[in-house]
Amino acid sequence: MIEIKNLVAEIEGKRILDGLNLTIHDGEVAAIMGPNGSGKSTLSYIIAGKEDYEILDGEVLLDGENVLEMEPSERAAAGVFLAFQYPLEIPGVATMTFLKAALNAQRRAREETELTTPEFMKAVQDAAGKLEIPRDMLKRALNVGFSGGEKKRMEILQMALLEPRFCILDETDSGLDIDALRVVSEGVNALRAPNRSFLVITHYQRLLQYIVPDTVHVMANGKIMRSGGKELAEELEANGYADYKAQEAA
Amino acid sequence: MAEIAMMKTQAETALADLFARSKSLLPGDARSREDAFHRFAVKGLPHRRVEEWKYTDLRALMREVAPLAAKPDAAAIEAALAVESVFAAAEPATIAFVNGHLAKADAMPDGVAAVSLAQALAEGHPLLSKLGAVSDAEGNAAYALNAAFMTDGVVLHVTKRVEGRVALRFVTTGASAVSTATRVLVVVEEDAAISLLETHESANGLAHQPNDVVEFVVGDRAEVAHVRLNAESDAALALSTVTAHLGAQAAFGSRNIVAGSGLSRHQVWMTFAGADTKGAVRGATMLGGSQHADTTLVVNHLATGCESRELFKTAIDGRATGVFQGRINVAPQAQKTDGKMMSAAVLLSEEGTMMNKPELEIFADDVQCAHGATCGELDDDLLFYLMARGLPRPEAEALLIESFLGEAVEEDLDDAIVGEALMGIVEAWLKKRG
Repeated sequence: MIEIKNLVAEIEGKRILDGLNLTIHDGEVAAIMGPNGSGKSTLSYIIAGKEDYEILDGEVLLDGENVLEMEPSERAAAGVFLAFQYPLEIPGVATMTFLKAALNAQRRAREETELTTPEFMKAVQDAAGKLEIPRDMLKRALNVGFSGGEKKRMEILQMALLEPRFCILDETDSGLDIDALRVVSEGVNALRAPNRSFLVITHYQRLLQYIVPDTVHVMANGKIMRSGGKELAEELEANGYADYKAQEAA
Repeated sequence: MAEIAMMKTQAETALADLFARSKSLLPGDARSREDAFHRFAVKGLPHRRVEEWKYTDLRALMREVAPLAAKPDAAAIEAALAVESVFAAAEPATIAFVNGHLAKADAMPDGVAAVSLAQALAEGHPLLSKLGAVSDAEGNAAYALNAAFMTDGVVLHVTKRVEGRVALRFVTTGASAVSTATRVLVVVEEDAAISLLETHESANGLAHQPNDVVEFVVGDRAEVAHVRLNAESDAALALSTVTAHLGAQAAFGSRNIVAGSGLSRHQVWMTFAGADTKGAVRGATMLGGSQHADTTLVVNHLATGCESRELFKTAIDGRATGVFQGRINVAPQAQKTDGKMMSAAVLLSEEGTMMNKPELEIFADDVQCAHGATCGELDDDLLFYLMARGLPRPEAEALLIESFLGEAVEEDLDDAIVGEALMGIVEAWLKKRG
C-alpha cells in the first residue's frame, strides 16, 4: 500500500505540493489528472527522489516505510519505479549494460543473488519481445537516437524487468502515436498484479481507455481536489479543468 | 649592452652535470647530442611565460633530476617483467625495455625488422636519417633533452601489412628514482600497416623521470594504429612526445591513455605531408589527488584533402589539473582540409582544474575546421535517472564517467581485445576512486 500523507513541497520558494493526500492499495491503478502546472510531475519526481525540491512536510509510505528518507537507489530497490515523461539519453552506455547494472544493483541491495548473463539475457529478450523492441535496439546506447515511442517502450521494458511494487507513469502517453500507445498500454496491463500498484499521471482521458484505472483523482494547485472511479475521467474530458481552477480561486 | 642571464635552477644545473658525466657513455655521435643539449640549455627548462608551456611550468615543477638509469641485471629484468602486461590478451610480439634499456625481445612478425636504438646509433643505421622528420619538435625542451640523453629504444622498419600486433613495453624499476630517455623510430613503408601497442609502467612508487619519444614516418597508403598507455607511478614525472610524418592516402591513429604519473606532459606533432590522408589523435586522461597531466598537440596540414580528428577526454578528481592545448595549422596549399578537434573534461570535485586551449591557424580558403572545448560536472539529471533505476550514486557516477571516457578510448578502435584492455584500465581507475 502507498500512502501519501500531507505532502508539502517547494522549489525555489514556490509551493508546488500543498498538503497532498492519496492512498493507493495493492493491485490498484490510480490515475491522476490535472491541468498543466498542477504539480503532477513534481509529485512523481519527489516520490522517486529527485533532489531539486524542498520537502516541508508529509511522508510517502510504501508498506509503512517512508521512502522520502531513502536515497533514490534505495527507493528503487524497495520497489518504486518512475517511468519518465522524457527518458534521458545516455551516450556511451549500451542499453544491455545499463539494464544489467540496474537489475543487479537492485538485487544486491535486496541481498538477492545477481542474475547470470544467460538468465539476464532470457529475461530481457522475453520482455523485449512482448513490447516489440528489436534486439539491435538493446545493443545501442540507451535511448540515444530512439524515437519518442521507442523511449517509452524502453521505460516499460525496464519496468517489466525490475518488477517494482509501485509504478509511476509520468505522462507516458505524451509523444505516442496510437500504435505505440497500444503497445505501451498492453505492456503496462500485462504487469498489473495483485501486489503491484500504479500511479498513472496524464492530461488526457485517452490513455485511460487503454489502461483502465480503478480510481481517478483530480489534482490542481498541489493537492487532490476530487476522487472517483473511472467515470470521473470521462467527466473531465467533457468539462475540462475549469471547475477545479475556479474552486481553488474561490 | 649587458645580457641578462637567467639564473639556472637546481634542476637545470643537475641536467648539465648529468649530461657532462653521461655523454661519453651514450651510444652514437656525441656531437649531435651536444647540439641537442645546447638547444635545450640556451632556453633552459620551459616556464609559464613560454606560451606552449604556460599551464605546465616545468621550471617550477621539476625540482630535482634523477640519475640516468643503469642497465639492469638479469634478475632485475625478470622481476620487472614478471607482472603480466595490460595487453597480454592481445598476444602481441613484444619488445620490452627495463629502465630504458632493451631487456627482452620476441621474434617480430613478418614485415617488421627491429634494431635496438643503441645498436642503430653505434652503427650509424641508415634509417636514423629519418629521425626528426617533423622538424617543429626540434626546439622543444622535452624533445631536445631526449635527443641529448636517448639511451636506447628501437628502430622498427615496417615493410608489409603486418598480421597481429607489436608491443613496446617500458618498465621502470630499481631501489631509487631514475630517469630514462628512450627513442623509438617507426618507419612504415608504402602500403605497409602496423598495430603498435606501447605501455609505460613503473614497478614501484618512486619518482621516476621517463622521457620518451616515438617518431612515425608513414609512407603513402600505409596504415598505423598506435595505442599508448601511461601507467607510471603516481609520483613519476613523465615527458612523452609522438611525432608523425604522414605520406599520401595514409591512415594514422594515435591514442594516449593517461592512468598514471604525478606530472605528465604528452606532446604530439602530426604533419600531413601527402594528400588525402586521414589522421586521428585521441586521448583519455584520468586524474586524481594532485596529479597534473598536459596534452599538447600540433597538427600541421601541409597537403590537400586531408582529414584530421582529435578527441580528448579528461576526468578530473581531487585537486588534479588537466591541460589540453591543441593547434591545427592549415598551410595555404592545404585546400580541402577537414579538421575537427574536441577536448571535453568532467570535473568530479570542487577543487579540480581544467585548462583548455584549442587554436586554429588557417591560411587556406577552402577548408572545414572546427574546434570545441567543454568542461563541466556530471549531469545531475542523468545521475538521477540512473539512481532511480537502482544504481547507488557511486555506481551511477562510474557508469557515466566510463561512458564519457569510453568515447575517446574506443572510438574507431577496430580492435576489441585492445579496447577491452583499455576499458579495464578505466574500470580499475573508477574502482580505485571508489
